[in-house]
Amino acid sequence: MFDFKQADQQQKRRFLVRALIAGVFAVVCFSLLGWRFWILQVERHESLAARADNNRIAVLPIPPRRGDIVDRNGEVLARNYLSFTLEVVPGRAGNIDELLNRLTPVVYVSSADQRRFKRRVNESGKYANIVLRNNLNETEAAWFSAHSLRFPGVDLRARWVREYPQGKAAGHVVGYVGRISETDVTILEEKRELGNYRGTDIIGKKGIEKTYEAALHGKTGFEEVEVTSRGKPVRRLRKVDPTPGSNLVLSIDMELQRIAEAAFKDQRGALVAIEPSTGDVLAFVSQPSYDPNLFIDGIDVESWRRLNESPDHPLINRPVYGTYPIGSTYKPFVALAALELNKRRASDRISDPGYFEFGGQRFRNAGSAAFGSIDMHQALVVSSDTYFYSLAPEIGVNALHDFMKPFGFGQITGIDIEGERRGVLPSTEWKRNAYKKREQQRWYAGETISVAVGQGYNAFTLMQLAQATAVLANDGTYMQPHLVRAIKNTTTGEERLTVAEASHRIPLKPENIQAIKRALAEVTVSGTARQAFAGAPYQTAGKTGTAQVYSLKGGKYQSSAIDERLRDHALFMAFAPVKDPKIAIAVLVENAGWGGSVAAPIARKVFDAWLLRAPKEPRATQ
Amino acid sequence: MKQIFKFILRGVTAFDWPLMIVLLLLGATGLLVMHSAVGGTDWRYADHMRNSMIAFGVMWVVAMVPFQYILKLAVPFYILGVVLLFGVEFFGSTSKGATRWLSLGFARIQPSEMMKIALPLMLAWYFHKRESSLKFYDFLVAGALLAVPFMLIVLQPDLGTALLVFGAGFCVIYFAGLSFKLLVPILVSVLLGIGGLLVYQDELCQEETDWVVLHTYQKNRVCTLLDPTNDPLGKGFHTIQSTIAVGSGGVYGKGYMSGTQTHLDFIPERTTDFIFAVFAEEFGLYGGVTLLILYLLLIFRGLAIAIRAPTHASRLLAGALSMILFVYVFVNIGMVTGMLPVVGVPLPLLSYGGTALLMIGIACGILMSISHYLPTDD
Repeated sequence: MFDFKQADQQQKRRFLVRALIAGVFAVVCFSLLGWRFWILQVERHESLAARADNNRIAVLPIPPRRGDIVDRNGEVLARNYLSFTLEVVPGRAGNIDELLNRLTPVVYVSSADQRRFKRRVNESGKYANIVLRNNLNETEAAWFSAHSLRFPGVDLRARWVREYPQGKAAGHVVGYVGRISETDVTILEEKRELGNYRGTDIIGKKGIEKTYEAALHGKTGFEEVEVTSRGKPVRRLRKVDPTPGSNLVLSIDMELQRIAEAAFKDQRGALVAIEPSTGDVLAFVSQPSYDPNLFIDGIDVESWRRLNESPDHPLINRPVYGTYPIGSTYKPFVALAALELNKRRASDRISDPGYFEFGGQRFRNAGSAAFGSIDMHQALVVSSDTYFYSLAPEIGVNALHDFMKPFGFGQITGIDIEGERRGVLPSTEWKRNAYKKREQQRWYAGETISVAVGQGYNAFTLMQLAQATAVLANDGTYMQPHLVRAIKNTTTGEERLTVAEASHRIPLKPENIQAIKRALAEVTVSGTARQAFAGAPYQTAGKTGTAQVYSLKGGKYQSSAIDERLRDHALFMAFAPVKDPKIAIAVLVENAGWGGSVAAPIARKVFDAWLLRAPKEPRATQ
Repeated sequence: MKQIFKFILRGVTAFDWPLMIVLLLLGATGLLVMHSAVGGTDWRYADHMRNSMIAFGVMWVVAMVPFQYILKLAVPFYILGVVLLFGVEFFGSTSKGATRWLSLGFARIQPSEMMKIALPLMLAWYFHKRESSLKFYDFLVAGALLAVPFMLIVLQPDLGTALLVFGAGFCVIYFAGLSFKLLVPILVSVLLGIGGLLVYQDELCQEETDWVVLHTYQKNRVCTLLDPTNDPLGKGFHTIQSTIAVGSGGVYGKGYMSGTQTHLDFIPERTTDFIFAVFAEEFGLYGGVTLLILYLLLIFRGLAIAIRAPTHASRLLAGALSMILFVYVFVNIGMVTGMLPVVGVPLPLLSYGGTALLMIGIACGILMSISHYLPTDD
């Protein structure tokens, strides 16, 4: 006990020494700080005070004007207009409710604007410039400038505001701009672009507005101004003008786009029309669409809820996001594979008793039809499943995969819009990687059978089907599909094409292509699409299909609507004229059942509009 | 009835009054400067006031907890902190290039902040356990306990916080009696290492330089931290503007609310890390020295509590906590006056920021708990 106490005393003494050293160390360090104060505040005081006095030059950013977006004929899809906005720095404006009370008799602020304003105060803090109202008319602007002294912290400004004059039309193509978010700031920081966004408060969020953000934005200019000791600018010292953003010329034709959208009536679905020789996307439909104007100033809660919770999912960009087993529209490509890989000649006949027997299992034709003895041509015209079932074991899933890949099936097409999904082009290797469990990794021969008729593991976007159709129409030459045809520099007037030459060419025998095209042409004359194309003054090659809806993944459907939403999707792929194709198309109508009666008539309307249009001078782009 | 009375009495006597008076003076200065820094009464001022009050409340509560209970929390606290740091490394959310936050669903937490208290507490507990048979081996263990969280925070990367955590742990090891023969080389090599990193960062951050021990992405993180070029006006901007502010204040200062540097937006981060520039511009040399004296009193009071403390653990912890406060003040003011490189270290009780204030509150609460700690024989 005594020993312990003594040890403790010793400990205490040792600690005391160390604490004293620490204390002395602290005093020494603080003396260093004091000495530093002396240097700065006494010895260098005069020069530093002079620098502080000269520190009256502020650098003010001048945001560039964002580029316009026009269609191939110069019709405007996105532009800017000069608008008087009322901006408030809440921290300087005092009581907001009281401010609104004084303002509203002359400058009306709707309750929606008030709600948005309050939300943004909570988000951005009280020292940000927050828009209270856009689009003041001249009376309001004049009144406010006369009375601005009564409203400290409130500024009247003229600024460019984005606008989408087409509204819902091509909404998914243009996308929209929105307020720069925290995530955007991080991305801009990484790209070392944050400085270029000083003074700008919008950025592309979706669609073309997002993919071409760099081209559209331009370069921020600045001016150096002398400010008074209270921060008011008095004299401009230097000015560097901003470089406005480039204009974008779309490959879309708005007239065609509107006709295509109208053809859907109130049905849900997607459509992509491509000019095969150039890869120009002529129409790009995702129905239902949304009005991008809603998003510019931050969408209000009510509209957002309506869009986001709608069972029709208007915010989904269907052509690039939805992946489907494309059913019979896959058959022309499978037939071409059989020819190219020398697995079967076009004239070889097989017997179609209504089913194909494989491994003790019967794979039946859709609608329990039986077509008897048929060759490839007839099989495509009547859409015999049995014929294609029988091709499956001969080609094999891996050879089919290798053949389809250059057409773009199950690949990113690289179309210039964000959110594209790859889908699945099945192969034994894909299955090995896609599943964790050993028994699921194995490929079963029977699975190849359904793959050959476009079902099973196949999952392609409508964009991929449209592109493959265009490649087929173009005899195997793959043009990168694109929505923006050219980027036009607004200062130099120089125009740069986005896609100038073919990405690759698939070596295909002309006689094989002709065999397939002949059969597809027959489909629109005597086959499954004959009604839709009756009386057309041009020759069309096409194929109908249905995509099975086997699950309701991710859907928030109401129980009363489930039956309808379990129905198959109607599909149609086509190009026309058969000789020298000018347009290739893929159409999907959700839950509409059979492709021939629903999807093909939509394609007909688009083809009529495009091929029979009066020739016209392209309007000059502004 | 008697119980309740005892409880209230305990609440009042929990305060260490000398410490409390210094804290109140510093807290009041903090509110005064914040008022000027934000340019009047607004939400940040109100926020700072609220945060200060919460911090004082927390301090009071901690002060009432007998020290032996606080010590019992050492191990679980430390383990929790390390686990959370690993969590940040693997599941953390990234903001401005650094991963510091861990989302727990209901709240986002920054485990590195917690380590500033948890680590010294853990080390104090460890040395207390080994008090009677302290060997060199124990210092190795302590070094390991220190190295794990330190490295995890460096990799986030958050060099500023990592150095503070290192400092906190190092203080405990120093007070525990690490031989001066070892102490001096360690200090010198750490200083040389940081100095070298700052001086040679350009070469070290070249694309082709391979850092051997660190992954490329970790190297990139550290390099981003060293060279924050996202500041468009260049790297030295912060320091240049803050030294101009301090220097132009002169001996007497420009007067409260009259600092031109402050009110013309030339001082970056003026409510957080650079708030001392606001203070020095408006209150001058007199103000600066007075503030230093207040901080010195705070540190001395802490050391005095440490010297009088009855057990090994309480001594070590009180000493370490006092010295951490010293490190904060020295590094921050050194940075603002351009003596030290810019690392994100707040000025205790003056800088805006709830977490930092809370940590100071807890630290001072522990100091107060120690000051009236009478160990029971157990």
